[in-house]
Amino acid sequence: MTTYSHMKERVESDVKVTLGFWLYLMTDCILFATLFATYVVMRNGTAGGPTGAELFDLPFVLGETIILLVSSFTCGLALLAARAGSKNQTIAWLLATIGLGAAFLSMELYEFAHLISEGYGWERSGFLSAFFTLVATHGLHIFVGMLWAITMVVRLSSGGLTHSTTRKLTLFGMFWHFLDVIWIFIFTIVYMMGAIT
Amino acid sequence: MLGNLSLDALPHDPIAAGGAVMVVGAGLTMVIALFVTKRWTWLWKEWLTSLDPKRIGIMYIIVALAMLLRGFADALMIRAQQALASGDAASILTSDHFQQVFSAHGTIMIFFVAMGLIFGVINLILPLQLGSRDVAFPFLNSVSFWLFIAGFILINASLVVGEFSAAGWLAYPPLSGIEYSPGVGVDYWIWALQISGIGSLLSGINFMVTIFKMRAPGMTLMKMPIFSWSVLCSMFLVAFAFPILTVTLTLLSLDRLLGMHFFTSDMGGNPMMYINLIWAWGHPEVYILVLPAFGIFSEIVSTFSSKRLFGYASMVWALGAITVLSFIVWLHHFFTMGAGANVNAFFGIMTAVIAVPTGVKIFNWLFTMYGGRIRFTTPMLWFMGFVVTFTLGGVAGVLMSVPAIDFQVHNSLFLVAHFHTMIIGGVVFGFFAGFTYWFPKIFGFKLNERLGVYAFWLWLIGFLMAFVPLYILGLMGATRRLDHYDASLGWQGLFIVAGMGVLVLGLGVLCQIAQLYVSIRDRNKNRDTTGDPWGGRTLEWATPSPAPIYNFAHIPDVTSRDAFWAMKEKAAATGSVRQKFSPITIPNNSSLGVGIGVLAFLVGFGLIWHIFWLAGIAAVGIVILILIRTSGEEDETELSAVEVERIDAAARHNTRRKRS
Repeated sequence: MTTYSHMKERVESDVKVTLGFWLYLMTDCILFATLFATYVVMRNGTAGGPTGAELFDLPFVLGETIILLVSSFTCGLALLAARAGSKNQTIAWLLATIGLGAAFLSMELYEFAHLISEGYGWERSGFLSAFFTLVATHGLHIFVGMLWAITMVVRLSSGGLTHSTTRKLTLFGMFWHFLDVIWIFIFTIVYMMGAIT
Repeated sequence: MLGNLSLDALPHDPIAAGGAVMVVGAGLTMVIALFVTKRWTWLWKEWLTSLDPKRIGIMYIIVALAMLLRGFADALMIRAQQALASGDAASILTSDHFQQVFSAHGTIMIFFVAMGLIFGVINLILPLQLGSRDVAFPFLNSVSFWLFIAGFILINASLVVGEFSAAGWLAYPPLSGIEYSPGVGVDYWIWALQISGIGSLLSGINFMVTIFKMRAPGMTLMKMPIFSWSVLCSMFLVAFAFPILTVTLTLLSLDRLLGMHFFTSDMGGNPMMYINLIWAWGHPEVYILVLPAFGIFSEIVSTFSSKRLFGYASMVWALGAITVLSFIVWLHHFFTMGAGANVNAFFGIMTAVIAVPTGVKIFNWLFTMYGGRIRFTTPMLWFMGFVVTFTLGGVAGVLMSVPAIDFQVHNSLFLVAHFHTMIIGGVVFGFFAGFTYWFPKIFGFKLNERLGVYAFWLWLIGFLMAFVPLYILGLMGATRRLDHYDASLGWQGLFIVAGMGVLVLGLGVLCQIAQLYVSIRDRNKNRDTTGDPWGGRTLEWATPSPAPIYNFAHIPDVTSRDAFWAMKEKAAATGSVRQKFSPITIPNNSSLGVGIGVLAFLVGFGLIWHIFWLAGIAAVGIVILILIRTSGEEDETELSAVEVERIDAAARHNTRRKRS
């Protein structure tokens, strides 16, 4: 009787947390939508400085994109391994995800450092302010996601695959895939459309 | 080491110093009172760390009412300044201080009074009305509250250390940019709003999940009380509008802090982008505040007319329509921007259209009264005052939805009068009505009726005296935020009437303070012994007053709208059945919410004064607290069936003893 009511409570709690997290992702989506809208409005505010077409290195960004997409794949594999009950595999795929995230972030930081060293930092024009803010906000999310994944690895290795860790892993997966989707929009709207015009 | 902070930050001129002394004095008085009465542990254990939404709701309301007094003091200063500032007359405030006062007035009244009151009432009533024991995420609720408090402390700290923004309550750039506002005022404004805004966003998510997942069995969405519906719509708006505010404030602070060019007038920046963004949040914000007030009035009018609400389904659809429409009218705040005739026409028509669902609601309320057995209690008086003032203000709003007319009255006192009619007549009257109505459920005794009635009439008369002259002045061409005007314009008489109106309104506030005092003194005479003092219809009245920590010993089964009314009728026919008690889990107190609030304050303070190491350390601290909270299992206690039975019996015994 008690175990049944506890199980019921746990399921109800899972349902609430998942819905709450979905709603959080929707608010984050609005946040990015606002940044995209701002970017699109400021795109031509170059103040005599360089345009996107002059600055963006598409093959480099394509590399970033592929790395992030693969990291989404490894994140999915981690989740599958957790469902299959294999703790070590889960940890391994999570570590792969963290590594790919780190690679992505380093490339992004390299790109930023390169632009700044050329004299095209965020103070140069409204366009560059909007560019840096939008892309760095995504990067900041990736950074938070990596920290989260590291705590997941620590928790898995000390506590193992419990109900609680699996649930957190599911939420992490939602977060990571969401960031992937946002990046696709950044790649399209910022880099590809920027390179064309 | 201390960034831009130095001893120069302390106030120098006498009026500003007076404000600082009042803030510090109030703080010190509270600390001394706590030492004298040895109430520290009590305060900490029963209140500050509590995760009970009823406790959190009461704390929201106490803070918001304190801020109402401060915002009201600002209003008195504005009215005094304008009543006297004709021609060359010496003014009370310097121009710069006057600008800080009206900026603080707007910011405080919207963010720390209206939002605090609304979130307070939602915390108190929503779970009870849904037949639920708690909100979906009790700890998150505490975090939201403490972020609100962090913002509240920041905005009050600006009185003591540094200065407040002088750029108006929405801080339009380029004035609010670093070039024209180099001081810390705008930064105080940004971070007080940013931090409390994140709290609001978390609350929005929390209450939406509560509504979707924690209704009593049998309560389908279309059987849910209208107040809960209004909260759902309002929280939907919070979830979709507040991220826009978060971004807008971030971009403004990036301009100020890192030299970016979002809203500067040169280097490719675009100040109009800010105005679009801030109103894309700001217009929904108006409805975030007023929809729950609509919900409160819906409950009150049906209870005190002893009838079910007229047109329930149309009420729900009207709420939904307002929710959607409120996102496509923001441009009416700046028709004069020059977006072109077609764009202005679209937004003008949408603005006029939003009056339709609002009108539907007004008529539904009136039809609810029609043929009912109406009791003219204080909440009902507030409701009727609301119908009159809100309709007046609404008609003024429809008038201004016509761009051609808006061009004439843009930024005039006509506009100021309009939105005060909506906010005071809608949100504030709604809160007072709800506060009087639900007070016995939370505290176990009713408020004094006679003083409540006095307060209502003083508020209504004072309000009309204060704002009808502003409508007239606006049509005469008086713009808002004037610290001086030419004597030959003949405005002074009307400004003096408006100033006297605020004094009458102040008498109303005094009556309310007296009402609280008298009601607490005579509480044993006014006990609510039944749990249902007004003949209520919804589930919050189905549990004893004051509601026990777990709200309901037995989760009610819902079969129809007005669930409690149906239960009462059934009980009268068949007699009540004694049910067995079962254990109930309640969350334990947590001090981490307080910790996150304190650290968030430090982050804000550090960024305002450029003490970056402090902001950095505090931010890391927040991450650590979150990690602590999320490791391990849920922290909760189980009350055994025996204990629940004992608490329930005590609540009901209390009820019976007091009745005899």
